[in-house]
Amino acid sequence: MPRVRMKVDGITYDDEVEPRLLLAHYLRDRLGQVGTPIGCDTSNCGSCIVHLGGHSVKSCSVLTVQADGAEITTIQGLAQNGRLHPVQRAFADSHALQCGYCTPGMIMAAVDLLAENPSPSADEVRHGLEGNLCRCTGYQNIVKAVQAAAAELGAPTVPAATQEVPA
Amino acid sequence: MIPAAFDYVRAGTVDEAVAALVEAGDDAKVLAGGQSLLPLLRLRLAYPSVVIDIGRVPELRGVREDGAAVVIGAMTTHHEVLHDPLIRQHCGLVAEATASVADPAVRHRGTFGGALAHADPAGDLPAVALALDAEMVVQGPGGRRTVPAAEFFVDYLTSALAPDEVLVEVRLPKLAGPWGYRYEKFQRVAQAWAIVGVAAAVRRDNGSIGEARIGLTNMGTTPIRARATEAALAGVAAQEGAVAAAAEHAAEEAEPSSDLNAQADYREHLARVLTRRAVLAAAG
Amino acid sequence: MTEQLDAGMVAQQIAESDQLNAPAGRRQIGRSRKRKEDAKLITGQTTWTDNITFPGMLHMALLRSPMAHARITRVDVTAAREQPGVIAAFTGAELANELGSLPCAWPVTPDMVAPEHHPLAVDEVRYVGDAVAVVVARDRYGAIDALEAIEVDYEPLPAVVDMEEALKDEVLVHAGKGTNRCYVWPFEGGDYEAAKAKADVVLSRRYIQQRLIPTAMEPRAVVVAPIAAAEEFTIYSTTQIPHILRIMLAMTTGIPEHKIRVVAPDVGGGFGSKLNVYAEEVLGLIVAKRLGRPIKWTESRSEGYQATTHGRDQIQDIEIAATRDGRVLGLSVDLKADMGAYLQLLTSGVPILGAFMFPAIYKFEAYKFVCTGVFTTKTPTDAYRGAGRPEATYAIERIITDLAVQLGMDPMDLRRKNWIRHEEFPFATIAGLTYDTGNYEAATDKAMALFGYDELRREQAQRRERGDRMQLGIGISTFTEMCGVAPSRLLGSLSYGAGGWEAASIRMLPTGKVEVVTGTSPHGQGHVTCWSQIAADVLGVPFEDIEVVYGDTKAAPQGMDTYGSRSLVVGGVAVHVAAGKVIEKAKRVAAHLLEAAEGDIEFSGGTFSVRGSPEASTTIQDVALATFASHNFPEGMEPTLNCDAVIDPDNFSFPHGTHLCAVEVDTETGFVKIRSYVCVDDVGSVINPMIVEGQVHGGLAQGIAQALYEEAIYDAEGNLVTGSMVDYLVPSAVDLPEFVTDRTETPATSNPLGVKGVGEAGTIASTPAVVSAVIDAVRHFGVEEIRMPCTPERVWRAINEGGTGGERAAAGSIAWGGASTASTAGGEPVADTGPNTAPAAAGDGQTGGAQ
Repeated sequence: MPRVRMKVDGITYDDEVEPRLLLAHYLRDRLGQVGTPIGCDTSNCGSCIVHLGGHSVKSCSVLTVQADGAEITTIQGLAQNGRLHPVQRAFADSHALQCGYCTPGMIMAAVDLLAENPSPSADEVRHGLEGNLCRCTGYQNIVKAVQAAAAELGAPTVPAATQEVPA
Repeated sequence: MIPAAFDYVRAGTVDEAVAALVEAGDDAKVLAGGQSLLPLLRLRLAYPSVVIDIGRVPELRGVREDGAAVVIGAMTTHHEVLHDPLIRQHCGLVAEATASVADPAVRHRGTFGGALAHADPAGDLPAVALALDAEMVVQGPGGRRTVPAAEFFVDYLTSALAPDEVLVEVRLPKLAGPWGYRYEKFQRVAQAWAIVGVAAAVRRDNGSIGEARIGLTNMGTTPIRARATEAALAGVAAQEGAVAAAAEHAAEEAEPSSDLNAQADYREHLARVLTRRAVLAAAG
Repeated sequence: MTEQLDAGMVAQQIAESDQLNAPAGRRQIGRSRKRKEDAKLITGQTTWTDNITFPGMLHMALLRSPMAHARITRVDVTAAREQPGVIAAFTGAELANELGSLPCAWPVTPDMVAPEHHPLAVDEVRYVGDAVAVVVARDRYGAIDALEAIEVDYEPLPAVVDMEEALKDEVLVHAGKGTNRCYVWPFEGGDYEAAKAKADVVLSRRYIQQRLIPTAMEPRAVVVAPIAAAEEFTIYSTTQIPHILRIMLAMTTGIPEHKIRVVAPDVGGGFGSKLNVYAEEVLGLIVAKRLGRPIKWTESRSEGYQATTHGRDQIQDIEIAATRDGRVLGLSVDLKADMGAYLQLLTSGVPILGAFMFPAIYKFEAYKFVCTGVFTTKTPTDAYRGAGRPEATYAIERIITDLAVQLGMDPMDLRRKNWIRHEEFPFATIAGLTYDTGNYEAATDKAMALFGYDELRREQAQRRERGDRMQLGIGISTFTEMCGVAPSRLLGSLSYGAGGWEAASIRMLPTGKVEVVTGTSPHGQGHVTCWSQIAADVLGVPFEDIEVVYGDTKAAPQGMDTYGSRSLVVGGVAVHVAAGKVIEKAKRVAAHLLEAAEGDIEFSGGTFSVRGSPEASTTIQDVALATFASHNFPEGMEPTLNCDAVIDPDNFSFPHGTHLCAVEVDTETGFVKIRSYVCVDDVGSVINPMIVEGQVHGGLAQGIAQALYEEAIYDAEGNLVTGSMVDYLVPSAVDLPEFVTDRTETPATSNPLGVKGVGEAGTIASTPAVVSAVIDAVRHFGVEEIRMPCTPERVWRAINEGGTGGERAAAGSIAWGGASTASTAGGEPVADTGPNTAPAAAGDGQTGGAQ
């Protein structure tokens, strides 16, 4: 069985995994990082989005073996030094969540969006989040939250992509 | 929901990938970005015995210039394509169509080569590759060969790749002169596949259309090159009426299907309308 | 290493940005307090059911029928049992006795056909997705693999997916029942035939309510943790109804109720699709009981599309009778409602919930309703956001607009002419309801101004004159709905299986903190925040000092759960009443502590004081501690401040609103884009404006999605063709507009808070506003009807080919001057005048005919 080694939310893990093990299941079932949910089986909903090598990816559509050597950040690792990320705080401020199931993926996608486009228009936010489905909010407050976070984040001092994983 | 079990080989070079394919016989799948393959595996629509991961083969990545062509490594992600200055400069149509593929997270993993090798006529990039007369550089046990786009898309989800071949890179001839382009994608919702898409590149010639290249998405079992329309457009004034008349040919060489998303006649109608719109936009 | 985040830090950081953080004593109700629920949700510190694990837990997977209708002649799980990691496998026959029959809690008529419903099919499968066998394995991958080793022989039977086909009773879904007709439920108010006879105009329409898939973002899951030796079971489930589920599991399986604990942990949305007693819940319980091990089951999305209840699916034949000057007289509704293959918990009653709302806000003299429930070989339907009321609102708002068009009247003017005027409340409707309060004029005036109605009509006219490719359409929906579900006695009269009350318990802790135990079961609606606001205002304690306990039958044993926009109206009111009782008790203690007469004690802002001696005071926190210590305590009083309240509502509540939608239609392709959506809703008094607005947004999204995007499609063989999110189009942020929302506040008189529900309002209102707008945009092409969802292709076909743009046409016919032969004052036909009158509409058989 292939061995993988990866850093998830700051902790390095070493494991033997089946090739078919989806990264989302590795995170949830093997590592106990259950903060990242799974919402569909066709790569539509985006609930499972994490950052891999500094970019948002749908963890249900990545094999664990593909993530070997990678650095991964999940919703559980987003806050730094005990402080919420501005996007997290903006979501709470703007009522950008109701049941909260899509929220981890939505926040991770939004963080990535702002890294790429630090000052998005409402339209650009909507397009940037088109890979994330929400059934509760109607998206309006999510757009508001992302733009509020953009304002707070200010100039593009975005975290550069960390270790770029080839796959 | 989850794939059936398979063996896994991680190739370090193209040669290794080819060798693994040879060993696996008919029963292997090549894993590039996985954004087309993984959904198939998860829904158990495919049961490969071995998956060969080419994600860490350095020679498959990157975009470079090679004389009169821009060469895109097969493992170049959609995201990389969107940000590459060479592609923006010489193959703007590729960038525009790529921007409409799926969503940002999928574009971070999905690859240019993977999308082409998957040969889904409803995908956005095959029609673009066809319109731009791309050349696919393919490697098998016997070495490398070049397959023109017109021969690459053989049937629904079937490319000209033999079971023991890997798509290495795609050569896009640089278009000389003042070219404009547009990818018109008609979809019901943002996440949906194109009901019909039209990729148009137009060489502008003083208010007329010097030359047009048109590829159609989801108008058949393969992407379609609308050659009759291209012929009808040559020399035509870049105006609504004239272009519309030429665009009437758009569906001629196509055999669109009727399915859940659209009936054939509606697709044909859209092809005509979107061809007119795409050409007018490309013609400036 | 990422520093671990603790909940306290997170909650504090949210509170830091909560500008309205107010000292105890300042009114909380009416403020947009940031949600207490959010701290864990934005950091992934959640407890979704699939997150839960137990030592020795096994994974369950179900084999589901790929056929819509078949006899099962053989099920062989022997090979599956041999698969690696498999602990057990069972067939439906093996478990039949223990599993029982899944309950339907609503026998709407005494002769309702209620077929047996095996959680695992035994002899016959009746829809694609009907479960046939179960595998239990050490891990989820192994369980799914093992399914492929199960052998099943099916003898195909014909499928029936069309209701009118099913009503012919040629292909029976339940052969033993002899019919596909589940029930016929009639209702009448006034004399419709008489009203019709004297009418100048009688308009009839057929509308199709397409089948929908609720698609809550969290797939369903169940975890059962048994204590085998004690025969006790804890069921964790993605359910909206932990209390009802507990009772039903006991009644279905025979396991004693007091040995069952049901927990709804964090639940990711429900919208009615988690308001059920599901096969997997019963199965999980029985398998856990058999094996003595914890069991988990989690659906995949595509599996859920087959196995989780669907919504809507009605054929509506509506007839409206009116005078030539636009006064409505009578309304007749003939519904066929698709039950699917079986009756789930409320399947039969969902259409009945809408029965009383077709007359809506209009003063009809007569109303006739009949609903026929029909079995088909499809996934069972059940409640979906609005449950019967969106269907009703759609029909009435569509036909009122169609009537206006027919009469050449502005559709808003027609509404004004017929709605209940503000001064006429309370109003007894022809459907037997009494609307307590409302102000349609105020909401409408506000909405029309925000929308710019007159300017948009002018623009519409200009575009039409120019023959622009992009045409503009305007749609209106002036809705009301009945929520809070209902008074229990009324539910009883409808044969609904449960009551309508809700419970709350307030516990004052010794240190002055408060536990509010509620019987509601929130899954995104913000009850924790809102109940905290309500309790804080009555008790005078800080918002932050309140903990709301819910969703666990052990911790919150009494309740009727969450659905039907009932929670605030009944549950929130229960919190309010219970808190008031606490103050009554606390007053007695305070009087004792302050050595004053109880009648002289005043309470304000958390402090008890003696009237006339303000320095003699004590706080509620002090009273709580004193009660705990009981050293200095009133003689004969039990040393507790804890109080319960169980509230049974007197009446439904009736929120209302005016929704206006402007769409742009690309007449070349049929593509529809919403240009503007404005709504002014009246939900009575508002506890938390931010949460109300969020509920409206979410409701709008789903209602618009029904109008434009979503449809669960079955082919003739009964296969669910829209079997995944690839094909069933749930909108993303790109596909929805920005909403302009506002409110009026006309408090309810049926409860002390004056509140009305809001959860379903946006969905109920929006669908007809959007569809009307689309039709309005292309009416001048002779289009009378477009079937939902208004896909580009349907719109294009309607423009170019006439008809309805769909396979089943909406038959439109107009009868003139007394449709029945027994007409008395037939009058003269209404002249075909006015710019909005469809040119070729009147009975020439071209448009809207049953092609």
